[in-house]
Amino acid sequence: MIYLPYAVAAWLFLVGLYGIVTSRNLVHAVTCLSVVQSSTYILLLAVGFERGGTAPIFLDVPVGTKAVDPVVGALTLTDIVVGATVSALLLALAVQIFKHHGTLDPERFRSRED
Amino acid sequence: MGALPALPVAVPLLVAAALVAFAPVIRRQVADAVALVTAAAVAALCAALLVQTTAGPVVYWFGGWRPRDGIALGVAFTVDPVGAAFATLAGVLAVAALVYSWRIFEAVSPLYHALMLVFLAAIVGFCLSGDLFNMFVFYELLSVAAYALAGYHTEDPGSLRGALNFAMTNSVGAFLVLAGIALLYGRTGALNLAQLGQTLAAAPADRLVVVAFLLLMVGFFVKAAVVPFHFWLADAYALAPIPVGVLFAGVVSELGLYAVARVYWTVFSGPLAAGGGLRAVLLFGAAATALLGGVMCVLQHHLARMLAYATVSHVGLTLAGFALLGPDGLAGAVLYLVADGLVKGALFVCIGLVQHHLRDIRELELHGRGRNLPWAAALMALGALGLAGVPPFGTFRGKALMEEAAMAAGHPWLTALFVAVAALTSAALLRAAARVFLGIGVPRIDALRHRAPAAPHPHIHSTLVGPAVLLLAGALAVGLAPGLAGRVEAAAERFTDRPAYAAAVLQGATGPEEAATTTQHARGSLAVPAVLAVLSALLGAALALGALLPRRRPAGHLTRTAGRVWAPTAAVLRDLHSGNVGDSVAWLVVGLAGFGTLLALVAR
Repeated sequence: MIYLPYAVAAWLFLVGLYGIVTSRNLVHAVTCLSVVQSSTYILLLAVGFERGGTAPIFLDVPVGTKAVDPVVGALTLTDIVVGATVSALLLALAVQIFKHHGTLDPERFRSRED
Repeated sequence: MGALPALPVAVPLLVAAALVAFAPVIRRQVADAVALVTAAAVAALCAALLVQTTAGPVVYWFGGWRPRDGIALGVAFTVDPVGAAFATLAGVLAVAALVYSWRIFEAVSPLYHALMLVFLAAIVGFCLSGDLFNMFVFYELLSVAAYALAGYHTEDPGSLRGALNFAMTNSVGAFLVLAGIALLYGRTGALNLAQLGQTLAAAPADRLVVVAFLLLMVGFFVKAAVVPFHFWLADAYALAPIPVGVLFAGVVSELGLYAVARVYWTVFSGPLAAGGGLRAVLLFGAAATALLGGVMCVLQHHLARMLAYATVSHVGLTLAGFALLGPDGLAGAVLYLVADGLVKGALFVCIGLVQHHLRDIRELELHGRGRNLPWAAALMALGALGLAGVPPFGTFRGKALMEEAAMAAGHPWLTALFVAVAALTSAALLRAAARVFLGIGVPRIDALRHRAPAAPHPHIHSTLVGPAVLLLAGALAVGLAPGLAGRVEAAAERFTDRPAYAAAVLQGATGPEEAATTTQHARGSLAVPAVLAVLSALLGAALALGALLPRRRPAGHLTRTAGRVWAPTAAVLRDLHSGNVGDSVAWLVVGLAGFGTLLALVAR
């Protein structure tokens, strides 16, 4: 078992969260969210990785050839689609917010009692 | 009809796609009618499923990929009465929301209807899914639709900020869920809930299982808005369009709890058997959520925000029922969730009614201006009583069951918590109703100065009052239906029976013998809970009056001390709920670490 991918996943998760928490720009915050999400890609792929395995295409290969787990690949693809949707929506919201406030700094449009 | 379980998801998705495709050419009325008929059809299909599940769980394998030799490779919908009941609730609330938006919601394109239908389809799919990854996909689908709906009024900056915070915080929550799923898949090679549960039950819990449970639990708690994951909720729910708020407050938060309960009972109940430790952790979260939500609810003067915090508070109450980790508490929680969802949906419609006629939603500004809206006044007062759980509302039956389970589990203090929270949330609503509709209390100076006249006797559209009446009637029906409590208890019994669930999914065993073995509980008298419920409503009314009436005598020592503590506490609480994205995510991390520490202590 290799621990490095798990360590990278944990690092990306935390560093992305740090970015969101301290962000002073919404576009930056949305990008940080993508960084957080990247950690889930790595985690999924690490879970299904086989050392010395090939791509999971079982055509013209002898029976019993080692291959990486295709399920996690499918999960990661789904995850990427989700990520693209969320990022697009968030960036659209950021554009609208910029139109109203003229700034993307979340500190400068703190919610008031409205 | 073999494909019945797939229809309530497939039909609204297809109709939504058609609405988007024909958006430029169809008229508003056509879109309204199509969406309404579709939502009604979804509600009817889910109700049919609910009836079907009373005989045993309905398992539907997509593409006919049935399990071979007890190994599930396909993706399944596993429908049990609890899931079907939530799906039906979502359908009914969607019908109410769409009837409401028929007239009141101006300048909508068919895209709004399409979003609502996608939202509904995702909620239903989430409730029916028997596959963990599919749950995640539906969770994300419903979240994305919810973000878009929350920020639908792009001309309102508050609504946009609310949607942004909602989207950021909930996305992080969803990634936690996904990370938990990845760990579980790595351990078991399975994604089907039944298969996961069966594989994990073979070994005692180790650190990986505990961490996976933590990630899934916290991820779903973000959606449920359990303290301290609730900071995003108020802006998102309160500033969303009213019909969307009906669905948000009625069913979306509850889905987070449903997911934790489902995942716990199907997957983790083997290795993480119901111990006192896990119960204590969950009860701690429940009490914190219920109390903080209740206090924040009282502090609000924005009617929709008030309801948003009432949602937080009642999520805490329901979590307490689930946290007892037994079928009885769960039965109470389910009954309470359904009835409470209907009541909150009705209250949201009612607030929309006020906003539509008086063009304001702030309690102090509305002082006495609702005198000519008797319908709204009656509905709001009734809704407040429903929140307090006064009989014969369904909330009362649910709460009585939870109180009984709490007694049996050795946590009698939960009863006091229930009374306190019901008093707090109903106090806020009653205070607002008395101020707006009766004009009780001292008006604010500036409100007096630019006093808008009370609305003249307005023409009230039946499409506005109708949904609220319908939803409140539903909440009453849940409380009055004979034998319902027994059926819910039987359903909860099955919900918590992991081996039977696994057998039904993996072996295709439908056990008619299960239905026969459901024991009839010797149910305690309802007199004590009824007295307590009335007491909490009276306490709420007293608190409301106390807040409204002017002080005659100079305050006594005790009152002054209380005031000296209360004012700064309230100020700190208000400051904490800043609605800032960074704060909300920071609290999420704090909560994750906190729950992680607690679970680590408990699981040792």
